[in-house]
Amino acid sequence: MASPKLLSTLDVAHFLTNGFLRFDAVVPAEINDAALAEMADLKPFGAYKTNDPLRPQSGTPLSACYPADSALRQMLETPEVAGAILSLAGPDPLYDHHAIHFLPAGSTYQQHLHCDAAIDSNDPAFDIQVFYFPHDVAEGAGGTRFVPGSHLRNIHENSVARYQHIAGEKFFSGEAGTVLIFHSGMWHAGRANPSEVDRRMFKIRLNPSEPQVRHWDTSNYDDVVHGDWDHIFATIAPGQSVAQELRQPHAWSFDGEYRLEVMERVRIFRYMAGDTNFDVDWYHTRIDRHRANAEQAGR
Amino acid sequence: MTITRQQVLQLYTSDSAFDSNVVAWAFHDGTDGQGPGLPDRGDKPPYITGVDALRDGWNLLQMSQLLPPTPGRQHRVSYLPYEFLLERSVEVERAVEPNESDVRHIA
Repeated sequence: MASPKLLSTLDVAHFLTNGFLRFDAVVPAEINDAALAEMADLKPFGAYKTNDPLRPQSGTPLSACYPADSALRQMLETPEVAGAILSLAGPDPLYDHHAIHFLPAGSTYQQHLHCDAAIDSNDPAFDIQVFYFPHDVAEGAGGTRFVPGSHLRNIHENSVARYQHIAGEKFFSGEAGTVLIFHSGMWHAGRANPSEVDRRMFKIRLNPSEPQVRHWDTSNYDDVVHGDWDHIFATIAPGQSVAQELRQPHAWSFDGEYRLEVMERVRIFRYMAGDTNFDVDWYHTRIDRHRANAEQAGR
Repeated sequence: MTITRQQVLQLYTSDSAFDSNVVAWAFHDGTDGQGPGLPDRGDKPPYITGVDALRDGWNLLQMSQLLPPTPGRQHRVSYLPYEFLLERSVEVERAVEPNESDVRHIA
């Protein structure tokens, strides 16, 4: 197994802003072909079977899931994929579940927009979901719909179904062997398959087995992470920085709630960096100081 | 003889003002395609602001309330908060039989 290719600090910030990372055609063709054969033998989502030989029990360490010669195991050990999993979910996360999403050519089946599982807690910890596309998905062929930046919204499952269209949403298309790593809160939906090619996608959800703190490549951390003084209305750090990444707006959320979005990203970065003083644009710092002053006054 | 059917448009804007930018939308067509559709602006919202929808013949029925943040959760974000519900009535030649939608939902 090749060494995992760890994310950089800026990659992690990019993930927290957008809710996903994309790795184009990182899985080799021979693994994609073998994975398609394996996936053809697995029941698609919605038709579970109990004797599926490749379906682990929830809570199994990822390292104990799938035989060593399994293409799905080899996909997960691809340096970019393994590196992203380690960087975001920590070492040897736990298997939550996997699903084969299968849509035959011409299928009109499509999902409403949703977020997987039940509403999450207020904790900054999160799961990741790996979406693996073992064959080409052409533009307009109905690849997965998802809404960058939606992952930190506190909603429940299909309650976001009423949003038929959201500015800036994406529809997956790409080459075989492309992998998306989603924050578990990402709003997404499977779409109809108007193409002439059957479509298969493999999804696996992983739970961290320990705090998700500084598992990425932190070698240039001090170059890109600045103090809480990095404030767009005061002094702004020059060059590339985590703050600049976390400031990026989305087409659907750039005005009314933009600052709350930034605060949420900072909250998660504080957890992942183990740095409770980190801030972007003074939003948390201001509130932290108010709280400290009130507590000092006994209020 | 014509009959009347309703089209419904949900608009979500970038702040609580109806004349702010549309950032999300949904369209439900009781005429099943017999009535007018939405302006085609590619992958952009059909109207730049809510007011543009009024100019195109839509009637505003309701706008979302401004609710005070929940104590302890003042800084959390959730659903799109600025929702506007519009409708227009359209004369059509024939009624559309209700049929089973091919949209299914699963979690």
